[in-house]
Amino acid sequence: MQHILTRSLDRAATTFILVVAGLGILISLSNILLPAGSFFQVPTYLVALFGKYVCYAILALSIDLIWGYCGILSLGHGAFFALGGYAMGMYLMRQIGSRGVYGNPILPDFMVFLNYPKLPWYWHGFDMFWFAALMVLLVPGLLAFCFGWLAFRSRVTGVYLSIITQAMTYALLLAFFRNDFGFGGNNGLTDFKDILGFNVQADGTRVALFLLSCFSLILAFLICRAVVTSKLGKLLIAIRDAESRTRFLGYRVESYKLFVFTLSACMAGVAGALYVPQVGIINPSEFAPGNSIEAVIWVAVGGRGTLTGAALGAVVVNYAKTYFTSGPLAPYWLFMLGALFILVTLLLPKGIVGTFNAWWEPWKAQRISDADESAAREDGIEPKPNPAE
Amino acid sequence: MNVMDPRVTSAILYLDGVHVSFDGFHAINNLSLALEPGEMRAIIGPNGAGKTTMMDIITGKTKPDEGVVLFDGSTDLTRLDETRIAELGIGRKFQKPTVFESQTIEDNLLLALNVDHSVKGTLFWRGSKDESERIDRVLETIRLKDVRRKMAGSLSHGQKQWLEIGMLLAQDPKLLLVDEPVAGMTDVETHQTAELLKEINKEKTVMVVEHDMTFVRELGVKVTCLHEGTVLAEGSIDDVSSNERVIEVYLGR
Amino acid sequence: MSTNIIDRLRAAVLALLLTVAFAAPALAGPFEDAVAKFANDDFSDTAAAVEAVAASGNPLALPIISALQEGRLVADPGSKKVFVKQADGKIIDAATGAAVDKLPDGVADVRLNNRLRRAVEAALGSLTLLSPDPARRIAAAQSVFKSHDANALPVVEEALAKETNRSAKAAFTEARAAILLFKPDVSEADKLDAIAVVKAKGDQEAMALLTSLGPDQPPLIKTAVAGAISSIQSDLAMWSMVQNAWYGISLGSVLLLAAIGLAITFGVMGVINMAHGEMVMIGAYTTFVVQEVIRTRYPGLFDVSLLIAVPLAFVVAGAIGVAIERGIIRFLYGRPLETLLATWGLSLVLQQAVRTAFGPTNREVGNPSWMSGAFELGQITITYNRLWILVFTLAVFGILLAMLRYTALGLEMRAVTQNRRMAASMGIATSRVDALTFGLGSGIAGIAGVALSQIDNVSPNLGQSYIIDSFMVVVFGGVGNLWGTLVGAFTLGIANKFLEPVAGAVLGKIAILVLIILFIQKRPRGLFALKGRAVEA
Repeated sequence: MQHILTRSLDRAATTFILVVAGLGILISLSNILLPAGSFFQVPTYLVALFGKYVCYAILALSIDLIWGYCGILSLGHGAFFALGGYAMGMYLMRQIGSRGVYGNPILPDFMVFLNYPKLPWYWHGFDMFWFAALMVLLVPGLLAFCFGWLAFRSRVTGVYLSIITQAMTYALLLAFFRNDFGFGGNNGLTDFKDILGFNVQADGTRVALFLLSCFSLILAFLICRAVVTSKLGKLLIAIRDAESRTRFLGYRVESYKLFVFTLSACMAGVAGALYVPQVGIINPSEFAPGNSIEAVIWVAVGGRGTLTGAALGAVVVNYAKTYFTSGPLAPYWLFMLGALFILVTLLLPKGIVGTFNAWWEPWKAQRISDADESAAREDGIEPKPNPAE
Repeated sequence: MNVMDPRVTSAILYLDGVHVSFDGFHAINNLSLALEPGEMRAIIGPNGAGKTTMMDIITGKTKPDEGVVLFDGSTDLTRLDETRIAELGIGRKFQKPTVFESQTIEDNLLLALNVDHSVKGTLFWRGSKDESERIDRVLETIRLKDVRRKMAGSLSHGQKQWLEIGMLLAQDPKLLLVDEPVAGMTDVETHQTAELLKEINKEKTVMVVEHDMTFVRELGVKVTCLHEGTVLAEGSIDDVSSNERVIEVYLGR
Repeated sequence: MSTNIIDRLRAAVLALLLTVAFAAPALAGPFEDAVAKFANDDFSDTAAAVEAVAASGNPLALPIISALQEGRLVADPGSKKVFVKQADGKIIDAATGAAVDKLPDGVADVRLNNRLRRAVEAALGSLTLLSPDPARRIAAAQSVFKSHDANALPVVEEALAKETNRSAKAAFTEARAAILLFKPDVSEADKLDAIAVVKAKGDQEAMALLTSLGPDQPPLIKTAVAGAISSIQSDLAMWSMVQNAWYGISLGSVLLLAAIGLAITFGVMGVINMAHGEMVMIGAYTTFVVQEVIRTRYPGLFDVSLLIAVPLAFVVAGAIGVAIERGIIRFLYGRPLETLLATWGLSLVLQQAVRTAFGPTNREVGNPSWMSGAFELGQITITYNRLWILVFTLAVFGILLAMLRYTALGLEMRAVTQNRRMAASMGIATSRVDALTFGLGSGIAGIAGVALSQIDNVSPNLGQSYIIDSFMVVVFGGVGNLWGTLVGAFTLGIANKFLEPVAGAVLGKIAILVLIILFIQKRPRGLFALKGRAVEA
């Protein structure tokens, strides 16, 4: 009999939020206040890199929400991420105005280059930030809603769903590679200048974007917590473990799946929108099916069915990627990534946090009074192998 | 059946001339059956007689090729899906006990309660005194009160069967379809289950599919024997078990 | 491909004629004067020269005019001397045919404009109409057909009269019809006959000829031409349908080949193998290695390289498949989503391994002679490699089907997939059957790689481009049914090729993907779905 928000904040969740907020503020302050070159100063390029990781963590949360808790393995979240990114990219393109190479006040450079007579209709409104921000949520959300409505209603589940989400991503990849699709073809959208009047390259803007990403991660985490600790969260797990049982109890399974799939797609879109100004480019390769699967493995590494694990996994795997691909071991990175996929599924099916919880939980359970036990357990729910498809 | 034609029959569940075939195999063949309100019926039959398929048809999992399936004398079940049929008040226990193994016994029952099942309702659910009292009552009935906070997956096979029956009770349906409730139970548990079902039957209509003849005898209700998707014999357990065709089917010809 | 052959023929004949030219005594007089005109760098002089040289009957006429057409005719404006640069790099004096060691300084190419180019073509046509080589005569007749130059009429008629070769005769008849159609002083009856001949030819060229005839014609001719055009149009439309259908069948066979192995591992075993494409790739690289060895050690065996590669690819990919099943997949049975992730990781490893071993760029895999070239069927061209792939695919499909039905392994496989526990209690070593089934599916993917190496780039990414399509085929066709895969592959192939001209290649592909996604909503278990309680468990 608790409020939806208070219920979602147990000790582990509070710790997560404090850590994210603390790190975010510390890194920002160190970048701004300490002199450049000082040992403790975090250089701006690193702030942008961390910002990227935080965006990936949001994407990982969105995947965990549907895969870890509802058992839907989407191989299309890279597409929702990229769509959010493109919506933001379109806003940033419109902000360039007449400062482009061709100096056209309305048309972005690539349109001048490709002889567009006028702005395509779907580019209208993206000069306004609020509109672009709305589209960041709406476009991925709407695609997920339509796709999910079709798929869940006809009970496409398991690997079939994974395969058709991958086909969806692939179709979008092909479409965005086309010049006449109106999104810059294979060069994508880049050469951004301003966001809300601030120079995207400036140190201050970078730090602000990083902080905003941390804030969004906390917000996304809270939303996910609120969902998974509600009765709806229990139901999602019930659907994951025994879908037809929930039907025979009188639940409309497709509505629940659709709700959580759409919510998750919106979150992925936000992650993409925050990602684009920090990396300075969005192009069709973001739709590559491999990207979506890679994001799934972050969640698997961190521990699916644990929200902190998903975020942690995203940061750990991407840090490893940055570390190895920039060093002499670069040619071996794909071997490592491939091995990671295999080893995690074979040897660490609960992921880092899930395995940790399995050790920690019995000890912790003794210390916690009955009253808040049900909330504390939430993070420890072990994903069961999917029942046979 | 349309709305203009209320109550074709007094039966709570009425099947007439139902056919189902899977790729040429006739799983259900001209099956006709009627359950009166408040009745308890035992369904027996050898493997492959179509018992589970019949339950699939009643609960909307399988659509019959032809035939009439009516609930409460007026609702055509063949046009509805599982969710809608469950909402109407038909509960089902599966042959293989199916509970939510990674959740507590309490939560299993909570999910089964027939309260607001909409997305919004469950997202903003806050619980109520009435709900927890109902859960307590069910826990009492199925004798799992002491382990209410344990994971359902950690229960024994027999306890899972009981939990699933408990979920049916929480669902509070008018008609219970119970598929092999005593499979894997000890004699004592079997006896207790029979008592439990008789208790439930005081308020609700029950259909039990079971192989265990001692159990069926203990229930002491009307028995229907299915064979090759159709009704072979119907009557008291003694009548049915002395029926020559039934003996032939069970012992082989 | 076909123009290439004609080019080669032309070069050969040219060389032959040149040898004859050397033997013949050089003629003095008007021929030399005409040749000298090429050096004037004046288009009308060049035109006059072409006409005079073509009419001279001199054996050098053909080499000179071919050289002019191919930009090998050069002239020295000072000495008014003209030279032919032969294809083999030697130089001869155009007027005498004598060999020249070195071109004088200041020579320039004899230039052509479009009008001249047509004159040159016509001249060449009439020059070669009487060639002893039928292929050459046909080519000449075809060029006359295009130019419909009235000057060629006597030669065409002469050639037609003594022609014995059937196709050459047809070509001459058509050429004559083309000339008559455009010649002003021809009777209406003759023109109508000519139209009928052109109509019967019925291809793009006939169409072009008739449309270029112009509007001011007598009414009778006009209606005949209009009728012929519409008849040719519907013919062409029909042929373009046939062409699309062939492309579709060809694409379908490629899809089927890539998907058959998947139909076993995913369809029959229910194992989702994202590294399936890499098995195809490994097959293709096996072919590459086989060809490399043959190139360096036994060049004579090149034509049978594919026959060696097929069993080898099957063994290599099959062995890797067995290793994957034993090492990874058997621990993940009943967990399809985990299998998907692990095999995806495996595909990354395999790609990177091949990239490390063979480099990231495309590797050259050659076509054996029996797989290169093409032949014409009506108005469409069929390449041998596509045809062989179709035959090969159907053969693989047939063998697989027979194997499943009639061999002990096939029987065990079906038993295990239908009821594992029962099969085990009957004494079937289920884990051995699993490994062999997976190996079989992978081996077939390897064989597919051999065939696909003939039409696609052999690179580490080869498999990636097939994996999504293959899954679409299997899912669309219906899981667990080889016939479904067959129908699915050809349906998707043909649908793709018929959509392509309407929507463009990329949009066509997107449309197909969207259609499949919609189709799966309607029939989640594919075209040929199994029904019943067991499937839904």
